[in-house]
Amino acid sequence: MNMIVTPASPATPNGTTRPQVRIVIVGHVDHGKSTLVGRLLHETGSLPDGKLEMLKAVSARRGMPFEWSFLLDALQTERDQGITIDTTQIRFRTNSRDIVLIDAPGHAEFLRNMITGASQADGAVLIIDALEGVRDQTRRHGYLLHLLGVKQVAVVVNKMDRVDFSDLRFKEISDEISAHLQGLGVTPTAVIPISARDGDGVAERTDRIGWYKGPTVVEALDRLEPARPLEALALRLPVQAIYKFDDRRIVAGRIESGSLIAGDEIVVMPAGKIAKIKTVESWPVTPVAGRQGAGRSVGITLDRELFIERGDIIAHADAAPRETRRLRARIFWLHDKPLAKGDQLLVRCGPKESRATVVAIEKAVDPGELESRENKAIGRNHVGEIDISLSNPIAADPYTENPRTGRLVIEVSGRIAGGGLVLSVDAGQRAVPVDIVPVESALRPDERSARYQHNGAVVWLTGLPASGKSTLAKALERRLFTNGGSPILLDGDTVRAGLNSDLGFSAADRSENIRRLAEVATHLARNGHIAIVAAVSPAREDRATARRIADTAFREIHVATPADICEERDPKGHYKKARAGALASFTGIGNDYERPEAAELVIDTSTRTVAEAADEIEQMLKTTGVLFDEVVDLAANI
Amino acid sequence: MHLLKDNSGADGRDSQAPVSQQIPVELTAPSMDHLDQLEAQSIYIFREAFARLKKIALLWSLGKDSNVMIWLARKAFFGRLPFPALHVDTGKKFPEMYRFRDHYGKEWELDLRVEPCPPIDAVDPTLPPAARSAARKTEGLKMALGKYGFDGLIAGIRRDEEATRAKERVFSPRGLEGNWDVRDQPPEFWDHFNASPPQGAHLRIHPILHWTEADIWAYTKRENIPIIPLYLAKDGKRYRSLGDQDITNPVASTAKNIDEILAELEQTKVPERAGRALDHETEDAFERLRVAGYL
Repeated sequence: MNMIVTPASPATPNGTTRPQVRIVIVGHVDHGKSTLVGRLLHETGSLPDGKLEMLKAVSARRGMPFEWSFLLDALQTERDQGITIDTTQIRFRTNSRDIVLIDAPGHAEFLRNMITGASQADGAVLIIDALEGVRDQTRRHGYLLHLLGVKQVAVVVNKMDRVDFSDLRFKEISDEISAHLQGLGVTPTAVIPISARDGDGVAERTDRIGWYKGPTVVEALDRLEPARPLEALALRLPVQAIYKFDDRRIVAGRIESGSLIAGDEIVVMPAGKIAKIKTVESWPVTPVAGRQGAGRSVGITLDRELFIERGDIIAHADAAPRETRRLRARIFWLHDKPLAKGDQLLVRCGPKESRATVVAIEKAVDPGELESRENKAIGRNHVGEIDISLSNPIAADPYTENPRTGRLVIEVSGRIAGGGLVLSVDAGQRAVPVDIVPVESALRPDERSARYQHNGAVVWLTGLPASGKSTLAKALERRLFTNGGSPILLDGDTVRAGLNSDLGFSAADRSENIRRLAEVATHLARNGHIAIVAAVSPAREDRATARRIADTAFREIHVATPADICEERDPKGHYKKARAGALASFTGIGNDYERPEAAELVIDTSTRTVAEAADEIEQMLKTTGVLFDEVVDLAANI
Repeated sequence: MHLLKDNSGADGRDSQAPVSQQIPVELTAPSMDHLDQLEAQSIYIFREAFARLKKIALLWSLGKDSNVMIWLARKAFFGRLPFPALHVDTGKKFPEMYRFRDHYGKEWELDLRVEPCPPIDAVDPTLPPAARSAARKTEGLKMALGKYGFDGLIAGIRRDEEATRAKERVFSPRGLEGNWDVRDQPPEFWDHFNASPPQGAHLRIHPILHWTEADIWAYTKRENIPIIPLYLAKDGKRYRSLGDQDITNPVASTAKNIDEILAELEQTKVPERAGRALDHETEDAFERLRVAGYL
């Protein structure tokens, strides 16, 4: 059945628009939220024709007196339970505003729904029963409004008819809630005495509240300001994805703050790599000129190929977010199991995710209680301040500097379990990115390829230990060099002895090992050399990262010598040690090697000679455009 | 989007202006209107769904909402739909709808998968007739899910159409049977979506949940998105919402173009789905359908 239709249409036929303000109504259960909403819809002429009469008829059929809250009780399950159970978005108009009302229910069980609603709101109405006064849930909701960053809060003291419209009772409640909210840094925009059931104070100042001189609820809503523009802040473009549907490499995301335009110098955080925006892509017309501001979902291309990942943040080089592995945050917790020191979590900051550990719980309170009790763990529906250590570096801002990139959510078992504000960021030791100025080579790629007779490439040899990777790599290196080319060998073990000597053999360290190899190899390839990488690289995910980094220059060769033959060869004695239990994380017998699914070439060295295998690699490099054919018109390359 | 307008400075500048003023330096971006904001939010949702789920499809009902959705997806992915468009076909749609599907499926280069629904006998006989008819679609959807193993289905529902839809999340988990547990929905805030359905279950993704009927029409007009002519008045009647032929009725209207539809929506207090029989059978028929996995 249809309960609410929307006569409000923000885009009117003649193209004019009215400011739209999203509000949430919060407060203790039974303090009259649904009644207020029903009354507001009626007072603003927002009910469908006949709806009121229909509901009155339904009430009569069920032998119940009509209640304004019936308007919202659209679901049978709700009527059965006697509580509104979830966020409903309803629209109505005041004089100068289109109001989107996110009806957040007050039942304690459904705090997560209140948060879902309030996180989208520009303003809030906090409702208090004049008879019952300020309750736990009232305080808790006030606290959450503060945590969620809702600054415009109007307080209504409802059911004034139950206290004979006493101005003294009103003042008592008004003082108490104002003090509570101001303690959180929130100044109420108005405190309004009303009777939602009878209509006093909702759209009209009736005689019964003749002593009250402030705005009515409708007037207070009309004064709410739409969300503050974020464009004045520094540029933050969190990367959602990199698309290569055609020959463009488009970095896609939504501008959370600031603005950008083609030609801007940008830095990709947390890596700190520098580039320039080449174009802003769009559809159906592309590229687009002009500045793009906060709120736009955009796609940009850069003037150079950088390794960029989902979750990176693009900023202007002189105003970048901090790179960190350590955060302090003020959070609210929604999970059944209390959050404790040492807990393992998943933290999301925009599209970025990182595994994390709770290093310390500094504060844990029930915001509903008057006195703060310090606890070791943060219970369900409570708030607290925590120290988090992240397993991957992320780019973040304190929320005081940027409300969009200064907030995070916490997931437990794939489900959102909490969220909060970043209080402070421990900056890493990375050089300030503005000092990093990549120097472009003085040589053009075609000058090099004319000399070497090949394009730059990353030839990646993956396979079990002793499968023959290093032997093949050396043979290939010799052959390319003999033909006048510029091969450079990057052997996994050799690089581990120097550049990667700080890394061990955990999954994370192996990933980092591969990332560094890929970055170095890609740099060589970009400068026209053929980087030959020989590394076990057992994880498919890590090789996929290497391919992303090297991009079109990547040629994967799976050296697929059978495992038993590899173990039999064992030139470095690793298999023997591993069998004896002295090499715990040795790929081949302990760890699983994940075979490539789409390598450019697969070679089994047990069935061919080294020279034959090198022939096959050379052939593959020719057919995939790395090596030029013997007869090359040199003039064509000049 | 209006983005191109910003470019006009290059051609339209005053030739009398001093040279320093001719350099088109723009310090502020053009402000976003209401439709720009809706569009940007929908594009964000599409990109999140594509990034976080493994195998998704868009449910194309051929109606105005799902056509806007396809348009938004093409904006998100720079002209193409990088996943299949699924039409769960009851076989009872209007001929105009089938013509529209066949024409634009090709023109928009969609990876179109048309999936049939089971016969009416296979559907819960305790449901009222129209709801039972609609429930066929739910069964057809379950069969398609089983066939392809999608972990996410993109659906064009809107919060304003119907009260039970107002309860929805943007990323809405469905149980193993495709069912919706309205009482145990995860929290969703700050555009962080719960994107990890349990093994074998799937997510419904709702990129236009925050749009209204008037938004859909205003955007359709602005972007010049094609529509099925049944939405425009003929002989004093038009369809506001399109479903199966036998359970969808036109409403009285004289609106012959989108401007007139928008003017009509300004005035009307008749709900959008008034012509959809299944909404009116019993107070809870629609909710029962949705709990069972209907859109």
